[in-house]
Amino acid sequence: MSLTSPRSESSRAADSTGATRRREFLFGCRDELPILLGCLPFGMIYGLLARSAGLPAGVSQAMSSVIFAGSAQFIAAQLIRDGATAAVVVLTVLVVNLRHALYSASVAPSLRRLSWAWKAVLAYLLTDEAYAVVISRYGRDDARGETPLHRHWYFLGAGITLWASWQVSTAIGIFVGMRVPERWSLDFTLPLTFIALVFPAVKDRAAAAAAIGAGVVAVGLAGFPFKLGLLAAAAVGIVAGLALEKEKRT
Amino acid sequence: MSWLPWLVLAGLLTFATRLSFIALLGRVEAPPLLRRALRLVPPAVLSAIVVPELLLRGGRIDPTLGNHRLLAGLVAVGVALWTRNVLATIAAGMVALWLLQAVFT
Repeated sequence: MSLTSPRSESSRAADSTGATRRREFLFGCRDELPILLGCLPFGMIYGLLARSAGLPAGVSQAMSSVIFAGSAQFIAAQLIRDGATAAVVVLTVLVVNLRHALYSASVAPSLRRLSWAWKAVLAYLLTDEAYAVVISRYGRDDARGETPLHRHWYFLGAGITLWASWQVSTAIGIFVGMRVPERWSLDFTLPLTFIALVFPAVKDRAAAAAAIGAGVVAVGLAGFPFKLGLLAAAAVGIVAGLALEKEKRT
Repeated sequence: MSWLPWLVLAGLLTFATRLSFIALLGRVEAPPLLRRALRLVPPAVLSAIVVPELLLRGGRIDPTLGNHRLLAGLVAVGVALWTRNVLATIAAGMVALWLLQAVFT
């Protein structure tokens, strides 16, 4: 290295910090790309369904940024279509998204030193898909015994990439959905989506008990107004699953 | 009634959930019972939505061959278990429903 004045050295250090941040951000964007393949069709289907549930285009689009959680948005659209009351929609979204508390607990130690603004932004971007990418990066870092200083920029890159594509795919779905006739029964893609999500995920007896218990009770309580039966059925299913787990352990 | 204020409320609750442990500075761990219960939320909630959707027609249980959505749903369950692919499952279920509707109406 040639001689450098202290001033240019410090400006180079600032440069390299900027370059590291930029590189981390772009790596985050890049690693999120494969997941978009599965996400983009989802966003489009959501946009389509929100419209067929009777929500105005603006509200359908807004839901993608104010809730920003795929399965919760699908369920909200379905409940609204079925005439659920607002309290049931809000409660169901809350319950369905409670799993994000686990993600929050899992990334919390590595975000401890960040400012409140950073914490708020990254929490907003903490979806299933961003979490999956970010936590596997943290795992790779841990395996090497490293904690890179600017890796929250990686999180930001992954999260923003997902956010932007979710908004765009929602818009495309809304646009297409306004042009599809009702006899195509596109609303049926909703339960089909849930089938695709629930059946492969049932891997043990507790999960099976939760699904069966909730399904049976939901049919029995289908006559309840405002879809209140749904919450009761889900509660029964969860308790049934927990009971089975406990029994196995003792 | 506009749904927007309610969806904003649901969004704020979702944000609060995501922020919860991050805001607690990573000092607090989720209790084990909560962990186990949360794992069971998706199968329970999704099943509570899907099963009545397939089984009920006009508010009554209809387990007959005339229930096209039930048959198409069963096709989708098979494809879901076989391929574990969301798009393949949706495609198979929709094609099955369209075929049934075309043949029997």
